Amino acid sequence: MFLVLAFFQSAMLWLLAEAEFLAIVLVLVYVGAVMVLFLFVVMMLDINIERAGEGYTRYWQLGLGIAGLMVFELIQIILIRGSAADAGNSFASTPEGYSNTEALGAVLYTEHVYAFEIAAVILLLAIVAAITLTMRKRPGLKQQDISAQVAVRAADRIRIVKMASEKPDSGSES
Amino acid sequence: MIGLSHYLTLSALLFALSIAGIFVNRRNLILLLMCIELMLLAVNFNFIAFSRHLGDETGQVFVFFILTVAAAEAAIGLAILVVLFRNRRTINVQEMDTMKG
Repeated sequence: MFLVLAFFQSAMLWLLAEAEFLAIVLVLVYVGAVMVLFLFVVMMLDINIERAGEGYTRYWQLGLGIAGLMVFELIQIILIRGSAADAGNSFASTPEGYSNTEALGAVLYTEHVYAFEIAAVILLLAIVAAITLTMRKRPGLKQQDISAQVAVRAADRIRIVKMASEKPDSGSES
Repeated sequence: MIGLSHYLTLSALLFALSIAGIFVNRRNLILLLMCIELMLLAVNFNFIAFSRHLGDETGQVFVFFILTVAAAEAAIGLAILVVLFRNRRTINVQEMDTMKG
């Protein structure tokens, strides 16, 4: 649940950075789709949380050390470079009537259209892979076998019998 | 006023937090996937901040593609997780030692 909060805050910060389109996309994709997916999986797996939360690994000091080191170094770099390049100032203001979505679309559909198509293929791949991985054959499930239906021949289903035709007047004497 | 260095600092903190999450909590595979999402979010923060700083929209296009790939990765990762849970009845990372690497 706090991950949803984190994504919402990020979207708001992106709005502050005047990346409006990406902020909306972040809310739609992450909060709307990915987090619902996570919640479904958590609901489906129904692990007991008490057992999952007990005890951390034996590497947790190492992990915290690495994280602290990274924070220290990155902030050092940012502060040094920031004071050198005068990047601590606020962003340059955009001109009047500037539309972030419009500018993004103008770049996206002209220069990066090939990458755009590759992204579409990646999404298709994700759909196919997710469905293929999670689909299972249940015994006793009644379903059609399409190839058997297509491959069937008329000779398998009906039998044509040759027989003499009967005359209608043969039984009229009685 | 909020500037580039503030965004970069926040991104660094977020990234380090997710790395700490991966190291500290290595028992639950769902939390590992969430930490990977957070790392991608930190990278996106950097891209947005620099794109805004340099006045170039290409960085935001890149963020768009990263979001796409992250969504696909989350879907496939969760599908693998479901299959794994169905086979092994656990998602504890430390019990997945079948290959004895």
